[in-house]
Amino acid sequence: MTHLEAEIKNLKTELLDMFHLVRTQLEKSRESLVRLDKDLAREVMVNEKRVNAFELKVDRDCENTIALFNPVAIDLRFVLACLKINSNLERIGDIADGICQFVLNIKMEPEKDLLEATRMMEMFDTSIEILEEVRLAFENEDTRLARSVFKKDELLDEINMNANQAVAEFIKNHPDRINQSLYLLSSIRKLERVGDQCKNISEEIIFYIEAKVLKHKSREQKQA
Amino acid sequence: MHKKLEARNVNVFYDQTHVIKDVNLAVEQHSVTAFIGPSGCGKSTFLRLYNRMNDLIEGFRKEGEILIDGRDIYQRDLRVEDLRKKVGMVFQKPNPFPKSIYENVIYGLKIRGVNNKNLLDETVERCLRQAALWDEVKDNLRKSALALSGGQQQRLCIARAIATEPSVLLMDEPASALDPISTSKVEELIYELKSQFTIIIVTHNMQQAGRVSDKTAFFYLGELVECDSTKKIFTNPTDSRTQDYITGRFG
Ligand SMILES: Nc1ncnc2c1ncn2[C@@H]1O[C@H](COP(=O)(O)OP(=O)(O)O)[C@@H](O)[C@H]1O
Ligand SMILES: [Mg+2]
Repeated sequence: MTHLEAEIKNLKTELLDMFHLVRTQLEKSRESLVRLDKDLAREVMVNEKRVNAFELKVDRDCENTIALFNPVAIDLRFVLACLKINSNLERIGDIADGICQFVLNIKMEPEKDLLEATRMMEMFDTSIEILEEVRLAFENEDTRLARSVFKKDELLDEINMNANQAVAEFIKNHPDRINQSLYLLSSIRKLERVGDQCKNISEEIIFYIEAKVLKHKSREQKQA
Repeated sequence: MHKKLEARNVNVFYDQTHVIKDVNLAVEQHSVTAFIGPSGCGKSTFLRLYNRMNDLIEGFRKEGEILIDGRDIYQRDLRVEDLRKKVGMVFQKPNPFPKSIYENVIYGLKIRGVNNKNLLDETVERCLRQAALWDEVKDNLRKSALALSGGQQQRLCIARAIATEPSVLLMDEPASALDPISTSKVEELIYELKSQFTIIIVTHNMQQAGRVSDKTAFFYLGELVECDSTKKIFTNPTDSRTQDYITGRFG
């Protein structure tokens, strides 16, 4: 293995750790919301600082790799992709953190009916699933799996669209629960952004492996 | 961390010309340090202080101390042959002797009177393996070294330099006469060798310094402007002259 290959392998391991860290944050924020577990929410918010620090470390290692080894072709695309994936992951970390801030503000456990009507848990589970799929696509350099994310993201969009209606209905019947309803709606909006970040990550994976730029292309073009 | 090499307040003159100016530099064991800087800034002169290769140059004069393992190598009671055994050197142009590959590797041992055939055979294989050349030459050890390609000759010179088991390896632009493939072979080799040797490499190829070294020392007009981790030098050097040089703004 050349020195550069060793560096690239190391960057990949670091980014996989970042994936893991962020996934754990998202899972914990889900738990803290269902069980209204404020301690867990606080834990996520403390760990958010670790995610930020890890982001900086990966950035610095990417900068060093470019400065010291002048990577070209696929190696260069890999390092550039790492920089962007890293920042996408950090934003997913922010989202988990944001949801936990809501959890701290909510007074009562979220209403079962409301969770069901908004499909909140389905939203959470799908986002975590998509994140896991892009992680696998990155780990195994699997561009087919990366492309499948574009399709999966449609489900998140759909749940998100339908949530407005569901929340409006709920508020009509439970005017005393406006606060909680709005927090849930915002959480769904945030989770919809997880899907977007994952799509960006997929684009970066495809960019570095196939040298194809998918940014700003339509969904059909991306899946081709 | 063991300080393998240490230069204290070193000045060098060639007659009246002051070519190394008050340099202090410590080098850790088992590390690779790159000397960079424009031509004529004193890199080679400074490098040759470590094996006293400047001593024979007319008008050469040195002030200050050069220590290896804490011992001043310019002390009177030190024998230069003993020093050279500890400090191997590889030059810019591959300079194998017009002898067989085998004879080249064992040259240093032979002149020290080693004659045990098994030991010599073992040394040849070990050093050629370490120099990443064994697979290419193992069936032709009796062939003339001059028949090898430039890149192979340079790796042979590295094998020859490590045959006497030095602890320090000095390299003066060891890849500048080589093609890109041979260059990257030599660079990988340097990276491998640092687990056993303390290596100093003079290079005018900045990318090479980035790829192979742990520390980088930037010399300018005989001064050591800055020596720091290569990562630091290549991402955020402290001195603006270093930045101007590595970004190609002068030099
Ligand atoms: N044998 C010598 N006699 C006189 N001056 C020399 C000799 N070798 C080098 N110099 C001078 O010493 C300075 C440093 O040279 P050198 O160490 O070869 O620099 P570098 O390796 O950085 O190119 C230069 O000005 C050079 O002209
Ligand atoms: Mg020189």
